[in-house]
Amino acid sequence: MLDRLTDSFNGLFRKLSGNATLTEKNVRDAIDEVKTNLLDADVHLDVVNAFTAAVLQDALGKDVTKSLKPGEEMIGIVHARLVQFLGGTPDQADPRAALQSTADQTIMKVSPGPTIIMMCGLQGSGKTTTCGKLAALLKKRGRSVMLAAADLQRPAAVEQLHTVANQVEKDFPGGSQVHFYGEPDKVAEYGKAVGIAVQVCQRALAAARAKGVDVLILDTAGRLHVNDELMGELTQVKRLLNPHHIFLVVDAMTGQDALNSAKSFHEKLDIDGVILTKFDSDTRGGAAMSVKHVTGAPIKFVGVGEKLDALEDFHPTRFAGRILGMGDVVALVEKAQEQVNEDEAKKLEEKLAKGELTMDDFLSQLKMLRRMGPLKQLFSLLPGVGSMLKDVQIEDKQLDKVEAMIGSMNKAERKKPDIIDNSRRKRIASGAGVEQNDVGQMVKQFGLVSKLSKGMAGMSAAQKSAAARELGSGGMGGMIPGLKGLPGFGSKGSSFSASPKAKFKKRKK
Amino acid sequence: MGLFSAITAKIKGGLAKTREVFVSGLKSLLLGRKLDEATIAEIRRRLIEADVGVKTTDRFVAHIQEQFRAGRIDKGDQVLEYLKGELRSMWPPEDRELRFAPAGEKPTVILVTGVNGAGKTTSISKLAKLLQSRGNKVMLGACDTFRAGAVRQLEIWGERLGIDVVKGQQGGDPAAVAFDACQAAKSRGVDVLILDTAGRLQTQDPLMRQLTKIRSVVSKQIPGGPHEVLIVLDATAGQNALRQAEEFDRAIAGASGNQPKPADALGVTGIFLAKLDGTAKGGIVVAIKEATKIPVKFIGVGETPDDVQPFEPEKFVDALFEE
Repeated sequence: MLDRLTDSFNGLFRKLSGNATLTEKNVRDAIDEVKTNLLDADVHLDVVNAFTAAVLQDALGKDVTKSLKPGEEMIGIVHARLVQFLGGTPDQADPRAALQSTADQTIMKVSPGPTIIMMCGLQGSGKTTTCGKLAALLKKRGRSVMLAAADLQRPAAVEQLHTVANQVEKDFPGGSQVHFYGEPDKVAEYGKAVGIAVQVCQRALAAARAKGVDVLILDTAGRLHVNDELMGELTQVKRLLNPHHIFLVVDAMTGQDALNSAKSFHEKLDIDGVILTKFDSDTRGGAAMSVKHVTGAPIKFVGVGEKLDALEDFHPTRFAGRILGMGDVVALVEKAQEQVNEDEAKKLEEKLAKGELTMDDFLSQLKMLRRMGPLKQLFSLLPGVGSMLKDVQIEDKQLDKVEAMIGSMNKAERKKPDIIDNSRRKRIASGAGVEQNDVGQMVKQFGLVSKLSKGMAGMSAAQKSAAARELGSGGMGGMIPGLKGLPGFGSKGSSFSASPKAKFKKRKK
Repeated sequence: MGLFSAITAKIKGGLAKTREVFVSGLKSLLLGRKLDEATIAEIRRRLIEADVGVKTTDRFVAHIQEQFRAGRIDKGDQVLEYLKGELRSMWPPEDRELRFAPAGEKPTVILVTGVNGAGKTTSISKLAKLLQSRGNKVMLGACDTFRAGAVRQLEIWGERLGIDVVKGQQGGDPAAVAFDACQAAKSRGVDVLILDTAGRLQTQDPLMRQLTKIRSVVSKQIPGGPHEVLIVLDATAGQNALRQAEEFDRAIAGASGNQPKPADALGVTGIFLAKLDGTAKGGIVVAIKEATKIPVKFIGVGETPDDVQPFEPEKFVDALFEE
């Protein structure tokens, strides 16, 4: 996601690492490079200048701690400033704090309800999808929600929100309900409906009160910040409904103009939060810095996928860490926690210890891993792996193959892959649409993993990692063609199977 | 063909805001003034703020600086002329018009792609109306079976414009819809079939491969099709739009993994630059043209089906630099 921005910082630190001290000259040289790269990352020019000026000041005023290399010292300075520019304070670095979701504080609870949230933004920034994601997140936390369709302009926007509301209600657990409010008959063609949306919002509030919902989310139409008439509509809604939160939805792929549009929205509406969307693209995400800088409003959430649960809290420290190539182990643990059931993990560990791992277990592990997101995205969270992955092509397609192969095995074969002989191999290969060789290799690797995990059960942690290294690419990574030789994966892959909480504790030591 | 050569006054109207912010500032800075280093630095700033990109901007600026320091130029007007010349030469007078199926081999198929929220469906309504007003029988294919409400959105445009829309089921196979649409277009004697696709990020490999599949389904049904593959780009997008153009180009061509796009394969044939009516300056098209050679064919300057203009580099540059 941010690999190229990371590269730029790596370059900076390489440059500095040969120097004994931080001098004005070497700091300035390094900073010029950072400037270019931040611009390439779509951070607005003014923000880039403000950022590098601050870093320069920090660096030049600093006595380099004797024990640290200048490059390391500089990482510290840049990291601290990045965190600050992204809206955090440096002492938020405790990863345990980062694991605590901030969502409950993010969206205030008022009594009597409902808490009113107005969503606004440019066309196509992702407001409607984000409304659904917010509703899902609140539902999971036990708060009832009403989604109100105040976008009367874009054809079928009302239907879209209605569908999304139904989806959230159906797909997400939690005792609270997600309601929908919409007035499809008020939908008029563009230009004829201005102002009507305000009344729809008022009636939505009345409906929300009548139903006693906890949170009312208003999905407004996308509009240009220079369209005075439509911006006026939003200020009217603000004046009449007095929302508790006004969130600006910003496409993370936006360029320099992010600063202009965010500034206008903020001037007219006094927004109190930003939600960045489409962050699962390969954008370097510079808009985050621009928008934060110009509005001062915190970035509350980040959208990282099309699914309705793909909304994450924004942690400045972690985000800065990603930019600096320090990985984001916390995000990885978080993702794993969402998918792994503690009991299941324990059962699996026992099975592993006894060497009873079956293909079915492996398949369910694989599926769990894939639910966590695209592989490349996952690996980019591992410290030090992000920049190495730059040129490695990780194809999720290869996992499809493995799934297809296991899917083509019968029960007996899944339980005891040893029985797979030539004719079975042939059948499985043709069933999965792969070469017989692929099947043979997969079964062989599986055998290795199974054997190794049995042997590992009695080992100390140090022995385990030595064994894993010895196995090299023969771990889970080895089972997946295309992942071979991937740094870090051969020895780290097995950590997905253990309880993430336990692993996390281990890492902290 | 001159099909879209008629330029309305609107191109200037639509670009008015762009011009005001980007150029009149630059113009007043340059016209009739002596050049100095500070002015050159300001030129760099303006280009970067327009999303032209550091690489391209620095190439321009390095040249200006070199000429200035060598004493070959000393007036702001000369810089303006140089920039205009550069931008013009980037878009040589090659075919920026839509490609059509040869006579007697209709329908022409236009496949429209892009990331989520770029403005595909709205842009399609504009294209459809434009083609319709030129006497073409147009049909729309709703291959976005993923996003809630997407099919309905296209249907509403179809109803408003009096155009048939072929659709499948929500969550169904988009390639199957493309197949049905091609069949329907052939049997109903349609001139132009425009296929809407779901928005997808260029990082989503399975979805990008789905695009390859849709393209090949069309190629099998309609020889020579799709005749035009447009990517809709949001004018507010930053440098990532370049990645979008490159990756969609490769996906259409069927290049998987890290393979380069085969030289002779059909890729993205043009850009529809949407949302140019805000304060975004659209400078990214300069960087894209430089890197991918993909021409801009249309610009979107509003929300109604009439708010479309053919992209004309001469007018674009003039609109940028003239009063």
